[in-house]
Amino acid sequence: MHLFRLIAFYSVLYFFGTITLATENNPKVVSLNVCTDQFVMLLADDSQIISLSEISTDILSSAMAEEASKYHQNNSGAEEVYLLQPDIVFAGIYTAKATVNMLESLGIRVEKFEPANTIEQIILNMQRTGKLLGHTDRANTLVANFEARLTDLTTGINTRPRAALYYANGYTTGENTLAGQILDLAGFSNIASEIGIHWGGTLPLELLIMSKPDVIITGTTYPGSSRSEEILKHPALKPLRHVSSTDANWVCGTPYIVKAIEDLQTIHPDKMSTK
Amino acid sequence: MNLKLTLLIFLIALFILSLTTGHTTTSFSQGITALYYGDGPLGTVMRQIRLPRAILAILVGASLGVCGAALQGYLRNPLAEPGLIGVSGSAALGAVISLQTGFATYVWMGLPIAAFSFATLAVLLLLLLAGPRGSSLTLILAGIAVSALAGAFTSLALNLSPNPYATSEIVFWLMGSLADRSFEHVWLALPFCLIGWLMIGSIGKALDALTLGEDVASSLSISLTKTKLLLVFGVASSVGAATAVCGAIGFVGLVVPHLLRPLVKGKPSTLLLVSGLGGAVMVLAADIAVRVILPDRDLKLGVLMAIIGAPLFLHLIYKTRSALQ
Repeated sequence: MHLFRLIAFYSVLYFFGTITLATENNPKVVSLNVCTDQFVMLLADDSQIISLSEISTDILSSAMAEEASKYHQNNSGAEEVYLLQPDIVFAGIYTAKATVNMLESLGIRVEKFEPANTIEQIILNMQRTGKLLGHTDRANTLVANFEARLTDLTTGINTRPRAALYYANGYTTGENTLAGQILDLAGFSNIASEIGIHWGGTLPLELLIMSKPDVIITGTTYPGSSRSEEILKHPALKPLRHVSSTDANWVCGTPYIVKAIEDLQTIHPDKMSTK
Repeated sequence: MNLKLTLLIFLIALFILSLTTGHTTTSFSQGITALYYGDGPLGTVMRQIRLPRAILAILVGASLGVCGAALQGYLRNPLAEPGLIGVSGSAALGAVISLQTGFATYVWMGLPIAAFSFATLAVLLLLLLAGPRGSSLTLILAGIAVSALAGAFTSLALNLSPNPYATSEIVFWLMGSLADRSFEHVWLALPFCLIGWLMIGSIGKALDALTLGEDVASSLSISLTKTKLLLVFGVASSVGAATAVCGAIGFVGLVVPHLLRPLVKGKPSTLLLVSGLGGAVMVLAADIAVRVILPDRDLKLGVLMAIIGAPLFLHLIYKTRSALQ
């Protein structure tokens, strides 16, 4: 029985092999996640991109907001995506389960990407996207450039000023997160690690003040008003050296983190002279 | 005199305790020294984080206590309370609208002005509905309606905000918290609270006279209209400002006057002052408790106050149930 199925499978593959190969060389894709949006834009031909997620054009979340505006945007609903008839759907592992399950049950191939928190994961995601889109060489070039740029940025760091990442509601992130990695690569030590926060957690304002960081890096504030973000303007933070805000380059594990690192290094004592 | 002094001593003791409660473990003397002379981080923590929080607890607590006592005296109804009758909820709605529309940012004192305006509307509406005697049933029903409407619009305004954090703050506006407030908030609330207290303080004698009935009060040449206006603007001003910076904290104005009334032999003018002190003591104590019980979670003051106040509210309804029918 098993053997029969296998034979059937391979004969089907044999007959339709040429056809599938044609589309697989140049699959048309829809992306449902702001991070996979960027991988797709970096590696696909224009003609391969059917649609990107709605927040791909949000300048606060997407490092490629401007480029994304020339593509169609979808609301990430199963019905809409199905009607776009993509060969592959790119999604994050946290994309709405119901949508992903529905698309899969309708026979659409959904590729789920884990959010990258490390350089290794970013590289793996780039290579995987390149392979899926039929542009392995393009991906390899991109990876090589990315690695070269990182090596360039991370050499010549002798001192590591203590920095605090501080977001709305007094949230901070540790070394296991993407923001923590960016901080580390830029040559700063993270005070979250000192107080035992390795992923994410609340850093009480009092503890932040008492730990006397050399610099404080706050999150971007959104339009409109919120009490959660008021803490970033608390008068008690004034004596601290507040430098920059995290922006769209910090959101996704893509080659754009290089820009985030460059921005941070404009205040790093070992890197300032070389600029 | 004894009661006032006792409350004042409690107030001072809790104020100092509040200043020495927080995430940073420091000795009592170190903390107090840093409050005056500290240049380093401990000085910042004491002066910029803990001091405004303790001052705000007093402002908010005193406002709610005084207003509860004043409303109960005027309406001669122990169930009247700024939170229950929807004044706090309306003030929160005004505050949220002014923050989300930018009115609070671009207009000087815009935040407390908006909260005051909405609170005024709510008090006027309630007095209109409840009538001069303020029958319990109409008062409570009108309060439920005003609270529900204000709460719904507060949620709607926060849901429509372009800010992704706003929605999660519905609970702050409906339940209240003093966490990480700063002197900016003290300066916003202080003038309105003081004006409100003065207005309400000036009607103490009128409230005393009203216990004997409106006719007697009138014969004592007390202007009922003037009393009513001072009450409306006084309550709206102090509750509005307190809610604008700390969210709606319920039950303080119910519990405090209820506990203190027997001790002042039911005299409304004395009850105003002791309820102010008592309210400050209660909110200071509650704010210390939320920091000790769940230090990392920002337990909302309104939650704690409801746990204490709601059973008492039920008890009062039970006691006054014959009047309700």
